[in-house]
Amino acid sequence: MSETGEYPDDLQHGSGGLAEAEDQAGQTRAPHRVIGTPSPAEAHILLATEHPDAAPPVPRELPADPPDLVKAKRAERVVATLFILAMLSGFAFIASYVGFPVHTVDRVLRSNLALGTSLTLSLLFLGAGTVIWVRQLMPDVELTEQRKPLASPENDRQAFAQTFKEGADASQFIKRPVLRRTLIAATVPLGLAPVLLLRDMGPLPRTSLRHTAWRKGTRLVISGTNRPLRPADFDSPGGMITVIPEGYQDNDVELAKAATIIIKFAPGQLQPPTVMNWTVDNIVAYSKICTHVGCPVALYEQTTHHILCPCHQSTFDATKGATVLFGPASRPLPQLPITTDAAGYLVAQSDYHEPVGPSFWERG
Amino acid sequence: MNMANQPAGDAGGGPVEKALASTGTFLDDRFRAAKSTRTFLRKIFPDHWSFLLGEIALYSFIILLLTGTFLTFFFKPSMTSVVYHGSYVHLDGVRMSEAYSSTLNISFDVRGGLLMRQIHHWAADLFMGAIMAHMIRIFFTGAYRKPREFNWLIGIVLFTLGMLEGLFGYSLPDDLLSGAGLRILEGVIQSLPIVGTYVAFFLFGGQFPGDVIIPRLYILHVLLIPGLLLALITAHLFFMFHQKHTQMPGKGHTDQNVVGQPMYPYFMAKTGAFFFFTFGVTALLATFAQINPIWLYGPFTPVAISAGSQPDFYMGMLEGALRMFPSWSWNVLGHTFAFNVFIPGLLPLGLLFTGAALWPFIERWILRDQREHHVNDRPRNAPTRTAIGIAVIAAYGVFWLEGANDVIAAHFAIPLYTTTVIARYAIFIVPAIAYTVTKRICLGLQRKDAHLLEHGVETGIIRQLPDGEYIEVTRPVDEEAYAVLTARATEPQALPQPTEDDENGVPDPAARGSIGKLRLRLNRVLTENVPLPIGNGHSNGHGEPERAAVTTGDPARPAVGPGGDSPSESA
Repeated sequence: MSETGEYPDDLQHGSGGLAEAEDQAGQTRAPHRVIGTPSPAEAHILLATEHPDAAPPVPRELPADPPDLVKAKRAERVVATLFILAMLSGFAFIASYVGFPVHTVDRVLRSNLALGTSLTLSLLFLGAGTVIWVRQLMPDVELTEQRKPLASPENDRQAFAQTFKEGADASQFIKRPVLRRTLIAATVPLGLAPVLLLRDMGPLPRTSLRHTAWRKGTRLVISGTNRPLRPADFDSPGGMITVIPEGYQDNDVELAKAATIIIKFAPGQLQPPTVMNWTVDNIVAYSKICTHVGCPVALYEQTTHHILCPCHQSTFDATKGATVLFGPASRPLPQLPITTDAAGYLVAQSDYHEPVGPSFWERG
Repeated sequence: MNMANQPAGDAGGGPVEKALASTGTFLDDRFRAAKSTRTFLRKIFPDHWSFLLGEIALYSFIILLLTGTFLTFFFKPSMTSVVYHGSYVHLDGVRMSEAYSSTLNISFDVRGGLLMRQIHHWAADLFMGAIMAHMIRIFFTGAYRKPREFNWLIGIVLFTLGMLEGLFGYSLPDDLLSGAGLRILEGVIQSLPIVGTYVAFFLFGGQFPGDVIIPRLYILHVLLIPGLLLALITAHLFFMFHQKHTQMPGKGHTDQNVVGQPMYPYFMAKTGAFFFFTFGVTALLATFAQINPIWLYGPFTPVAISAGSQPDFYMGMLEGALRMFPSWSWNVLGHTFAFNVFIPGLLPLGLLFTGAALWPFIERWILRDQREHHVNDRPRNAPTRTAIGIAVIAAYGVFWLEGANDVIAAHFAIPLYTTTVIARYAIFIVPAIAYTVTKRICLGLQRKDAHLLEHGVETGIIRQLPDGEYIEVTRPVDEEAYAVLTARATEPQALPQPTEDDENGVPDPAARGSIGKLRLRLNRVLTENVPLPIGNGHSNGHGEPERAAVTTGDPARPAVGPGGDSPSESA
């Protein structure tokens, strides 16, 4: 900051700062521009280059050199070293790209490490070098620029208002209300058109959210292996199994509604409001789609018989018709009526008797 | 050549100068740009660490554009089902969407692909984090005040768009985690009264998940929203440039000037360095901190989910609100009001954004403050505003923590439901405590400032008076600190409180009507400050003139002995 004393006062504080300094400089230049040869000289003057008959140069605002040239020389070496390191890191990045193959997890790991480290170093060396350059080599300055009030002078505002009014008058927009109103009326349907065009982005919901792929006699198959299940496959009460309707393993839209969990209980564990007629051999089936916002309820705690949704922790009591014990869900998980077919496999008695999944306006 | 040490003033004939001059002439002959460009180059930028927060957001955005463009060269935004036989053998033979399989290819088969993906994701988190920090800075320093309300509003829109952009972006790989996020999004949309089901069907092209949502999110993510962001960021910077940056209080800093370093070469070089640092830090994170390893989550399937599913941090607040809200819903006349979904889905963020957007105008109305403000407030000097800000941040924090309550419960061995129950109370209690405590702290800091002005800085020198009494010698604060401590003298003061009804029973005009009364009451709360003392360390505050003269502040009678501690100036 020791250099600031060298600047003319008006650049420091008070009498106008840069804006006025500019005007003053302009005034000193002005006679030259008028009398002497016009235009091309101007840029030369502004760029402070030598010119045969240039006006006295504008006083410096920024000193040319930092105060301590010895320190600056040292800083210069540091900055140059950092830039060389940045360059070397840049080359290392290119070398890593060429030298490190990918296509397996381990190789990708090494490639990522090499590319990332070299890129990081290159960028950080560049940044560090530039910061030291600014702080150690560029002479420290503090300039003051005056603000002009943002509001325009009153006559400019009035001139604007007049121009605007003249335009409005000339356009007849105000004088002829019929034109104005019909124009506005003409744009209304056009304005609605884009909204209308969005209509075909999807089908109407109709009753699609009320039904799933489960039908009378559809086999319950294990999600993943697509193997059907017999009640005898459960040798003891225990965990939760995710089942899907047979034949729908590749249909994500149907799976998003039809995913179901089955749990086998010991005799006497299941209580109302579980519908016992819809169970087989103490095996009960509930929708896996949470009634809150539709995440799969994937967690089951055997000791407490709690079904838990990992998204928002709605908790359902599996022994009591999956009623809500805790969390934001407001309805129990719907129960799927199941029975066994002639071959002894678990099948659905029918579709769910209520819509599965999250609430929607038309659900009722 | 040694450019830096070259005395530039008299180096008119060098080749660099000639090249510059001819380029300058060439351009100016065509654009008449010399004067305006000079103004541009001499533009003054004030300096403060907190002014860098917005720059972090800007540079993260540029990094996002660069890395995002690279990713589009390889990403296939398609939900067509394919069976994977690629480099990642653990998923060999698994059915997945093309979007997921092309993301695996970017990660494992494109050199630098994983790095670019991770830089992109880290930069997105940094972008949102920087926007939040920047907005918090703007709020607490009052930098949104007239004439900068438009930039504040643009900032709120940028924040909203950034959230959507991030949500859509991390949903694109179509992995199990982001698929759960889309399912939640669909569930929330579907819960909206009257239009919800239709909006959900139109957005997803039918029932969830359908086969069009990824390509639709893709075009929103790479074209529409980035285009809006770019346009709004440009406007944001243009307004900032045109109105000139605010400055922190300091010696010589007024509402009529701007003190700092010029754009060229200082600010250009510093901000360039800052770009390199921002890019360097995201690259560093991308190298050593794995983010969104979609190959570990597996492809999306609607029948499965992993425990501990967490969205990116800027969506955590919505997630927390959904987890916290009670299970209220109504069935009326064949229709379902799913309060348990659409209230937490809309209300917290809606209140936050609406409140933030209206605040500058509310504050201006309460304070009857029509002036331009270019010197920022110190947060302590607007205790009520600062307290409101901290209360809002506290509420956001409660929602945000509840969004990770399962992780918190697991790590700290707290029962899961307890965390939610605590959060349900905390959302009301914590902001109230935060408000009260913050306001007290601000007023306490004001008192400390007032003390400094009144009594001066302690010197540690004890003096014995002729009558045997000991006093501590103090000295006035220096000019820079004095300017900072007294900056709030120019801030809007309390409106005069209404006088009693005059003798004819006519009430004070300012207090007429319920609106006028409300404004006066709010004004009293908003201008609650510790009175600013006059002077600078001249008095010891006990009203005893002799002692005041013996202590410091009086340049004619320096109370301190030799050494440099003698009081240098008075106010």
